[in-house]
This record gives sequence, structure tokens and C-alpha cells, in this order.
Amino acid sequence: MDTRVPETGVQRPVRKILDAPALSRVIDRIAHQILEKTDGGTNTVLLGIPTRGTFLARRLASRIKAFSGLAIGTGVLDITLYRDDLRMRGARALEPTEMPDGGIDNKRVILIDDVLFSGRSVRAAFDALADLGRPRAVQLAVIVDRGHREFPIRADYVGKNLPTARAETVKVQLAEVDDVDGVILVPAESTPTPLDGESV
Amino acid sequence: MNRHLLSAGDLSREDALKILDTAEQMATVGDREVKKLPTLRGRTVVNLFYEDSTRTRTSFEVAAKRLSADVINFSAKGSSVSKGESLKDTALTLHAMGADAVVIRHAASGAPHRLTQWLDAVVVNAGDGTHEHPTQALLDAFTMRQRLGRDLDGAKVAIVGDILHSRVARSNVQLLHTLGAHVTLVAPPTLLPRDMQTWPAQVSYDLDAALGDVDVCMMLRVQAERMTASYFPTVREYSRRYGLDGRRLALMPKEAIVMHPGPMVRGMEIAGEVADSSRATIVEQVRNGVSVRMAVLYLLLTQDSTGQGTA
Repeated sequence: MDTRVPETGVQRPVRKILDAPALSRVIDRIAHQILEKTDGGTNTVLLGIPTRGTFLARRLASRIKAFSGLAIGTGVLDITLYRDDLRMRGARALEPTEMPDGGIDNKRVILIDDVLFSGRSVRAAFDALADLGRPRAVQLAVIVDRGHREFPIRADYVGKNLPTARAETVKVQLAEVDDVDGVILVPAESTPTPLDGESV
Repeated sequence: MNRHLLSAGDLSREDALKILDTAEQMATVGDREVKKLPTLRGRTVVNLFYEDSTRTRTSFEVAAKRLSADVINFSAKGSSVSKGESLKDTALTLHAMGADAVVIRHAASGAPHRLTQWLDAVVVNAGDGTHEHPTQALLDAFTMRQRLGRDLDGAKVAIVGDILHSRVARSNVQLLHTLGAHVTLVAPPTLLPRDMQTWPAQVSYDLDAALGDVDVCMMLRVQAERMTASYFPTVREYSRRYGLDGRRLALMPKEAIVMHPGPMVRGMEIAGEVADSSRATIVEQVRNGVSVRMAVLYLLLTQDSTGQGTA
């Protein structure tokens, strides 16, 4: 695909990557993969990274319940206070961090996020996890891996690999917050800002 | 949000709610095994205290340390201030040392504002003379919200006692007004400021009458150390007319709470039995103070110099 940023004047339209049924199939597939790779979800909890990861974790848990009958523990891990770009990007609103029943000690923790980009959010999540307990293993599930990693981090479960330009923005939309389900690719603004993107 | 926190009156409703919501998340850190966040690592917070204070200074210190900031405590006693150094020279020294935030308490009203003109650092007013004490007002609002279990729109708050000398009252009236609460100030006429009519609050001289319909009764200490004249005949008479005792507590609605910013004088403005009752929030106020100050330091120290946060 063309990953060049348009010069001027030509504004590329927002591109739909996944529609609602496709996103729902992706979530179903990841739920199945989690069951497969975790021995049926034993001793495993899902931790969503706000905002969209929170809802994705809940959806995955409900699919896992539907497929296997297992009520997998879910929680929320707010990483704002662990970010390394607070001084550059300013104060953000905090979301509650909620641990699953039974905590995370000695559990397999699967972090759930919408988009994997630089890897900085995941790095911050590792720091946050270390302050909350000691998981037996940590895995990562994302809906979209858009490349441009700045840390040696990879996802264990990927919904879709999507090559992008840095200045583009990938948005995973969920009915809970965006009123619609889907994934869209928003083209670069007229003045591209490297290293900047909605989902990091 | 402004770059500094000098007055509760500078906070918009949106700012105030953001601080209170952030404080709610900060409060959960106090329940964790590792009571520490890396957020302000490498930043320096200076506590510059020209007036004695245990509660507020310790509270700011704990708050800054929980966010991993380096804390320098600088009190007037035992520093070069006691050798005659001016506020300006102290400020320039702190500037040279690279302070990121200065928390100042000073006997002169307006000292924190003056400090902002000499420093690059974020300035937080921790009480200036009889003027303002914004973080106290924020922690009081936080405590009310927590205890009443709702936002403060329409809440009825009585603030009782030495309003004239109270920076707590001044900050509280402004913040509570911003948050939509109705404030009644109850005090003898001699302990009310002269510009009373400009405050967004009602005034009453009769405590018994005011207590029948309140959600919150906030008692203030009589600040004898700031008094240069006689404002009431005797302590006993003051206590009888404006002290909160068991009989008066019974006049309040069952759900109403009793607050006091401390330090309190038992037997004068508040009876021991009231201070120790389950309806008093005095210890909670201290605990909430840490969370609120964490929120203030976090929000001020992570916004860029134009006052813009992304939240």
C-alpha cells in the first residue's frame, strides 16, 4: 500500500479498515486464540488499558465465556501516571485502575489495548504492573499492530497487521465510546508531525 | 488551568472537578502495597514555610514523595531567613537551585503571588496570611463529595467561627460557590470581614437557627495569634454562642457532617464529644489532603508552560 504522505492540497479520505462484522470476527478469533494458548484460559486474567482496552477486555471476556463457559477475570490498568511523555504532552485525566478478583500475583496477565504503535504504552504498563503485583507471565493482545515500534515489544495476539505512515492515525472505534464499531485509518494532517498519533 | 494555584477563585468549575476526580484516583495509591508512582521522578518540589505548620507541610511532603518528586523542606526557622534574607533573595536562591514547584506558606497575604514574578517554578499557595488556602478548600470539597456521595450542587454548608482571619473560609466560599453549593457564614459581627456583601454567601449571627437545614457544618478555630484587639468578651461566652456541642449536633439533620480544618481547640469552637463522633470528618480531611495535593502537583507539574494539559 501507499504509505507516502501527500504533498499539499490533496487530502486523502479516511479509509475504513474493518467494519463492524469484521471487527467482531477479529475479537472472536483473539478470544479463541487466548483459550488455545492459555490452556483453556486457566489462571489467566485480562487487563484492559483505558480507554478502549477496557471495553475490549470486557468483550473478550464475554466471548470467552460464550465459547468455553469460563468466567475469566478482567480488570483495568490505567497507565497515565507511568507514561514517559507526560512532560511533553501534558496532564491527562486519570481512569480508575481495577484489579480482577484475586489480584494478579502468579497469574498470566494478558494486557489488552486497541492499537500497538511505538510500544510506549506497553512499556508504561509493565511499570504499572510491577507496582501492583507479580504476574507469572505477561502477554499482549491488540486489535491493530501498525508498526513503528520504538521498544523491543511484540504482541502475542494481533487482530490485524496494518502498515502505516507514522503521521497517519489508526482509530479503533467501539460502540461503547464511539457509537459505532470498526477500525479506520485517518490520513496525515497537512503538516505531518512525526512520532505523534492518537494511539500510541 | 492556570500555571499556579494561588487562589481558589482562579479555578473554573471544570478545573476544580478535574482536580477532585484526579484526587479520587490518587487516593487508591494510598491503599496499595507500593505507595509510590514514578510520575514526578526527577522533579524538585520545595516546601517554603514561613509559618509553622505540621499538617499542611507534611501533607505536601507525602504527596510529592508518593509521586517520586524530590522534596526540599525549607522553613523560616533555622534558615537564612532568620538571618534577615528577604523573600526575593530566597526566591532567587530556589530559582538557581532549579526548583520545579514551590509550595509556600507565608504570613503576608499575597506573598505567593509576588513569588510568581521572581520564579520560573510552579507556585502553590499553602496559606498566605488571612487571604487564601486553596488546597484546604479542595480537600474540604473532596471530603464533602465523598461523605455526601454526590456533587455539591445545591449542598448547604455553614461555615462557623472566626471568618475574619480565616483563609480557609475565604477559599472555601469561593470554591463552594463555583461548585454550586450554598454557603452560610455564621459568626459574631466582629469576626466577619467588612467586605462581606461582596462574598457569594449568606450571613447569620445565630448558630442554632442556621444548623436546622445544613448538609455540612464547618467549624473554624478562633485565631488568637492574628488578633490585635478584643473581638468577643470571653472564651466561655464565645463557646456558648458559637461552639458546636452535643446539643447543637442534635439540631442538625441526621446525615449532616461536621468538619474542621484543624488545629482545633476542644471545648472552645468544638466540644470533644462532637470532634470524636462518627459524623466528624476531621481525620478523613487529613487523609484526603494527601490525595488532593497529589492531584494538584500532578496536574500543575505536567502541563506545559501555556497552561495546557491534554486532559
